[in-house]
Amino acid sequence: MRFLNLLAPVLTLASCVVVLAQSPTYGLGRTPSEQEILAWDIAVGPEGKELPAGSGTAKEGEALYARKCAACHGPTGTEGKAPRLVGRQTRTVGSYWPFATSIWDYINRAMPIYQEGSLSADEVYALTAFLLFKNAIIQESDAMDAESLPKIQMPNRNGYQPPPVSEWKPGMPRPFEILP
Amino acid sequence: MDTKKQNRRRFLKEGAALAGMAVGAIGSASAQTPGAEASPVPYRDRRAYGRRSRFVNSVRTNDDDATHAAFGRSFNVYTPLQDSIGIITPSSLHWVSAHGYEPPDIDPQEHRLMIHGMVDRPLIFTLEELKRLPFVSRIYYLECQANRPEYKGETVQQSHGKTACSEWTGVPLSLLLQEAGVQSGAGWIVSEGDEAGKMTKSIPMAKVMEDVLVAYGQNGEPVRPENGYPLRLVVPGFEAIYSMKWLRRIKVVDRPYLGYKEISRYTRDDSRSSWFQFEMGPKSVITFPSGGQRLPSRGYYQITGLAWSGGGAIRRVEVSTDGGRTWKDAELQGPALRLAHTRFNMAWKWNGEQTVLLSRCTDELGQVQPSLAEFARFWGATSEQFLSRSARGAGHSNSIQPWGVNRDGSVYNAIS
Repeated sequence: MRFLNLLAPVLTLASCVVVLAQSPTYGLGRTPSEQEILAWDIAVGPEGKELPAGSGTAKEGEALYARKCAACHGPTGTEGKAPRLVGRQTRTVGSYWPFATSIWDYINRAMPIYQEGSLSADEVYALTAFLLFKNAIIQESDAMDAESLPKIQMPNRNGYQPPPVSEWKPGMPRPFEILP
Repeated sequence: MDTKKQNRRRFLKEGAALAGMAVGAIGSASAQTPGAEASPVPYRDRRAYGRRSRFVNSVRTNDDDATHAAFGRSFNVYTPLQDSIGIITPSSLHWVSAHGYEPPDIDPQEHRLMIHGMVDRPLIFTLEELKRLPFVSRIYYLECQANRPEYKGETVQQSHGKTACSEWTGVPLSLLLQEAGVQSGAGWIVSEGDEAGKMTKSIPMAKVMEDVLVAYGQNGEPVRPENGYPLRLVVPGFEAIYSMKWLRRIKVVDRPYLGYKEISRYTRDDSRSSWFQFEMGPKSVITFPSGGQRLPSRGYYQITGLAWSGGGAIRRVEVSTDGGRTWKDAELQGPALRLAHTRFNMAWKWNGEQTVLLSRCTDELGQVQPSLAEFARFWGATSEQFLSRSARGAGHSNSIQPWGVNRDGSVYNAIS
């Protein structure tokens, strides 16, 4: 942190330079600093490129889960008033989600309810590991981090059609429309 | 920061209490007979911001989403289509599904839109800057993918009240992305909202460059808070969850990012499971006479309703007044705009006998609204499974809605 403080004047100077860079046609808007982008960019894609430093295991996640999650999701992730997290029969992490990175992304941005965004990176890794372990996808001692998490093969990884990358075209009929 | 957060919590708490009061007020208002409300508002008090007549009491009704309600965060309301006139939905009656979050209380001075990712020039805009850019106004409907005929919908508000049509004003997202300079290899954007859960949704770049708006205006005034104030996406024709409310960020990426709403909800999860469903199909519904209404006597009526399609403009609406034995073309009451509600009318003389009223529409691509049986056959399920929600893939049901008319003039949901 102190290191960052020392850097601050330099960064301010740098951002003064980039502030001049506005949109080319209308000269509006300003260029965000690297720091601003990092702070805003909480979207984690399937490749996990945006995952931050940190790590956690299911063992570490267990106590955290009991404290932060069990009230709504139940002691084992199969009870409670919130959606089920464990099991094969419903749309859970284990039965449905194709990428483990989405678990990290969602816990980090939206959980726990009413305290969204309050968990540290280590805590999110630990909770993600706990859910993967409870769904019998990893071992209890497996550490989840920016490197290991994107490599997890989820059970339903191939349960979907391949992503229709940019297949949408204007005027395209809906794929399952009933034509006369 | 902590104090700020606490203040926000307190605000939300008090807001929730106020909202509770408001719900109570709505409940009692709708229980009253027209005109029975308090005495007229003194005309001086109506000068600053107009109010409707005290004899008009059409209101949004609450959804009964049990999961969200269990957390005290249900803000889902339906548009009263049975009272709709023309094609524009008043902003105050626009349906809302906030996915379990409170509409955030955003100060427009503080709000920013960031565009970054696979672009040459990442940019941050204030609202004031966005409003200086070239803008367009377009009339588009927004429909929830869960909007469909079901047993439980006694009225058209309950069955189809999650669609509404507004004039949206804002900057084409393509213009903003041209300013940022999209890099080669970019195929999607991730949009992100500013509610507590910071919802995300991935949108294919081809659609973004076609007609997506970054809207700040709705029907001639700023977008309403529950509809996305101060800034929202409008992704016309796609299921409405793509039209990100409280828009804070656009990240340009090479592939879909698959957030929570893309991998556990809003998917097509039968054997043809797919991450994305885009357009809603051609759909029409008769808004008068519709379930819960009553025809006072036999004789002349204008059957009227709305038709819309994610495929573009509505070309034709047919109406049957004899349960589907015969069909007649209804009149399209212009304008019949692309990706907007289109009003249709048909003269009808009710002979006082029991009957069933139906409507079906055709869009500019030639897609025809299916019957429930046709829709179910396509999915390899039975109609019963769709209506009881036991069939996956039921999202996007655009089947024909039948309204039965009894001899006493009462109208009911005739799905069977």
